[in-house]
Amino acid sequence: MPSLLNVSSSPHIRTDDSVPRIMWTVVIALVPTCAYSVYLFGWYTLALILVCVATAVITEAAIQWWRKVPVTVSDGSAVVMGMLVACNIPPCITWWIPVIGTFVGMAIAKHCFGGLGYNIFNPALIGRAFILAAYPKDMTTWKIVGTAAKVDATTTATPLMMLKEHGYPYLIEHFGGDKWALYKDLFIGNVGGCIGETSALLILVGAGIMLARKVITLYIPLSYLGTLALLTFVFKGDPLFAILAGGVMLGAWFMATDMVTSPVTKKGQVIFGAGCGLLTFIIRTYGGYPEGTSYAILLMNATVPLIDRFFTNRVLGTK
Amino acid sequence: MTTQLKELTKGLWEQNPIFVIALGLCPTLAVTTSVRNAIGMGVSTIFVLVLSNVLISAVRTIVPDKIRIPCYIVIIAFLVTVVDLVLAAYFPDISKAIGLFIKLIVVNCIILGRAEAFAAKNNPWRSMLDGIGMGIGFLIALLMVSGIREVLGANKLFGYVVFPGWRPIGVMVLAPGAFLTLGLLLGWKRLSELKH
Repeated sequence: MPSLLNVSSSPHIRTDDSVPRIMWTVVIALVPTCAYSVYLFGWYTLALILVCVATAVITEAAIQWWRKVPVTVSDGSAVVMGMLVACNIPPCITWWIPVIGTFVGMAIAKHCFGGLGYNIFNPALIGRAFILAAYPKDMTTWKIVGTAAKVDATTTATPLMMLKEHGYPYLIEHFGGDKWALYKDLFIGNVGGCIGETSALLILVGAGIMLARKVITLYIPLSYLGTLALLTFVFKGDPLFAILAGGVMLGAWFMATDMVTSPVTKKGQVIFGAGCGLLTFIIRTYGGYPEGTSYAILLMNATVPLIDRFFTNRVLGTK
Repeated sequence: MTTQLKELTKGLWEQNPIFVIALGLCPTLAVTTSVRNAIGMGVSTIFVLVLSNVLISAVRTIVPDKIRIPCYIVIIAFLVTVVDLVLAAYFPDISKAIGLFIKLIVVNCIILGRAEAFAAKNNPWRSMLDGIGMGIGFLIALLMVSGIREVLGANKLFGYVVFPGWRPIGVMVLAPGAFLTLGLLLGWKRLSELKH
């Protein structure tokens, strides 16, 4: 209906940003990591990823249909959530465990709070936390790959578990006595771990895609990784190992940067990232778990409303 | 007669002590690991609640206002001791599982809440009806929470396996499962009221 006088409320200048554009960019950014995991761990891993995505999409569609609100599964946020749950599970886990996790994350962490934009906690991480509490053994059994596959066994420890249980010298020895061989394996992704956390290189490729499309900014990932490396260095650890091993790369680039569950302002984002780094360091060093990325991000998610209240942008024209 | 019936039925659902008044949440979270425990807790609470309502209502005019709460506590504590010893004598396994929480009925918010809000203002007959209704309402809530938690968290109901071969979600019988189940049920109750 074209009209001569078009009266509309602000904003009048719009960007071409939209939820589908952002979410599908994240999907594309996750593809290299997932594809490499399928290459590394086999076709069962691909099936797991597809099962998680299907569960997320079906759950979201069913809940939105039941709530009689528009069904928005085509915006890609459910696909991202499903892929992120898949990235957070071991590659050989029984298939129905991530189904439960994805369902709980989607139904309770996202839709009980009102759907996209209203959730306090990252749905994928809630899903992971739930199945980690429910099936701890399944969630910490890993398939052996690469250099770690020296021993004749069906399962292996991740580098962080070796560090926790046997200490740093054992870890280095296990990877051939050379620190740089360890870094290389971690960077390329020649180690055991969750589906999405093996290769730091491919996570950085995905991060590059998201940065180029301006879906994420550098504030959270850099303050997160920087704080973790700095603390590890101060407390006589190996900073490069700390940021390359485990899920911290995946968490810092893909999950801490979730727009809904992270602060709005730059200052707030730096504080948020630093808090994630601090908590990850504390859980890894003093906690009972070898890795603390998911809990660190979830705990910091809870502080986001508070951070947003203290770090507001200056309103134009005020001091 | 209709108002008397109302005193009896209001606590069952529309003013359910757990889902609407939100009192007595600690035992709800703590003892609902299995339906059997929940029944033990619910029946004990009904006994204490009905008798304490009647007794407190009977003495309401002679107890000085300033020391009424200590008086109520003494009456409730006496009844709780009876329940505690009866359970220990005749149902030792239930007593072992939830004995600590039976003792804590003394400070149960539902019982003190009904004493203060209802029994102190109404006659013993009406207080008894209120106690029965609220007690059964509490038992209904306990059965719902414990039913969900036992099936999901232990794959059992009354100790019998529900789905053979399924590995239950163990976290549901732990504390997080209690909060999750209670929260979802509270939300569901609110939602069903909003739609009316």
